[in-house]
Amino acid sequence: MNASRRKFLDGLLGLFSLAGLAALAYPILRYITPIKKREDSTLSVVASKINVLTPNTGKLFKFGSKPGILIMTPEGKYRAFSAVCTHLGCIVQYSSKDQQIWCPCHNGWFDLNGHVVSGPPPRDLERYTVFIKGQDIIVKKEKA
Amino acid sequence: MKEKMLNWVEERFDLSAIRHLTREKTVPVHRYTPFYYFGGLALFFFVVQIVTGILLMLYYKPTGENAYESIRTIMTQVRFGWLIRSIHVWGTNLMMLAVLLHTFAKYFLKAYRKPRELTWISGFFLLVLALGFSFTGHPLPWNEFAYFAAKIGTASIGSVPLVGPWLLEAIRGGQGVTGNTISRLFALHVVVLPLVTIGLVILHLLFVQIQGSSVPIKVKPVGEIPFFPNFFLRDLRVWMGALIVLVGLATFIPAELGKKAAQFASAPAGLKPDWYFLPMYQILKWIPSTILGISGELIGIGLISTGALLILVVPFLDVKASREEESTWFTVIGVFVLFVFMLAITIYAKLY
Repeated sequence: MNASRRKFLDGLLGLFSLAGLAALAYPILRYITPIKKREDSTLSVVASKINVLTPNTGKLFKFGSKPGILIMTPEGKYRAFSAVCTHLGCIVQYSSKDQQIWCPCHNGWFDLNGHVVSGPPPRDLERYTVFIKGQDIIVKKEKA
Repeated sequence: MKEKMLNWVEERFDLSAIRHLTREKTVPVHRYTPFYYFGGLALFFFVVQIVTGILLMLYYKPTGENAYESIRTIMTQVRFGWLIRSIHVWGTNLMMLAVLLHTFAKYFLKAYRKPRELTWISGFFLLVLALGFSFTGHPLPWNEFAYFAAKIGTASIGSVPLVGPWLLEAIRGGQGVTGNTISRLFALHVVVLPLVTIGLVILHLLFVQIQGSSVPIKVKPVGEIPFFPNFFLRDLRVWMGALIVLVGLATFIPAELGKKAAQFASAPAGLKPDWYFLPMYQILKWIPSTILGISGELIGIGLISTGALLILVVPFLDVKASREEESTWFTVIGVFVLFVFMLAITIYAKLY
């Protein structure tokens, strides 16, 4: 067998081996990738009853599979945001002392409009619409 | 009887390599000889982790519903369960300490220089694996601390360019940190990482066995002692001391379990990672959200990866040491990294 033919066959063998490896790796990678769950389609939720919060306090509520935070401002107005910190996904809390929203993981601060005040969070908190219907405080988001 | 058995094996296998190890391997004696103990110490703690890890697996259940409760059973009902878990937790800290001391000793003694570059590189990956064990093991008790550790730790993976988002989902088993995350981290912690680590430890020891112990530049050994039994017995003495310290810590300052993780509760104040992750934690805290339009997280990950890469290629950067000349600059950089970066930032992060 001459040298160029040997080289060609070696190359071909290498290519087939790679294809073989890819054929092994593909199902494994697909297997590792988690099954896609249907997108959370919750658009509105009863976050609390009225008379639960007093001015300058906040509480967490379940918004589908994610936590939200409902706040009664010192002026007595309701505000609601996603409680997931935009930095690394910790769950935020309301600090009555500072009248701001605080993420204790890396000391991120948000104001009562959800805007970043200081710390590493790269984006503002997602803000939800709040309205009162009878005894319920309802929190609504625009899109799923 | 012993002779007979040995002869029976000898007839079938060539045991000259093992005989060579036990009879001819020696360790150089000089004023830095005590620094040779740290590697063996790290290995000792690794074995302790394997033994206690296997014992914990007998009762631990890696699911979102049962993980916390099964650890509570281990701590409160299983006889000596609290001790086994406590040793496993303290063992992590002491193993990290031994691994770091070993790394710094080898760095300052320039043991990485030619011809031991590959030993340094394999050691670097063992250090990364040790951090990987901690990273995958910490969330397993599924307490508050574990939950947020898993959340933050995996979230930073997500900001890796290109593969980040896929890797994040693959490691979490979905979008968020749930019971699926426990199963995946558990598989990594008890099967994948141990297999890789044991293989790499064997390779690392094989390199040391083939090349012998490194003697620091311009140090003249006053002699040498046989590895077996002389040095081995000294190792054993260190290991016994280590065992006493480990069991003492585990008994008098036992590991706590804390509150069960709640997916809809705020992160508790004062949440901090283990001491060896504190420099990384502090960097993530300090870096602003964007610098010149690039996300802060990406810059943080870039900085940490660059630092790691520099440590990896130290043997090739320090050309002076490979010519057996003293490389003062590398000592200065080492002192800077150790005292300013590691110690000062760690203490700062712990206090504030």
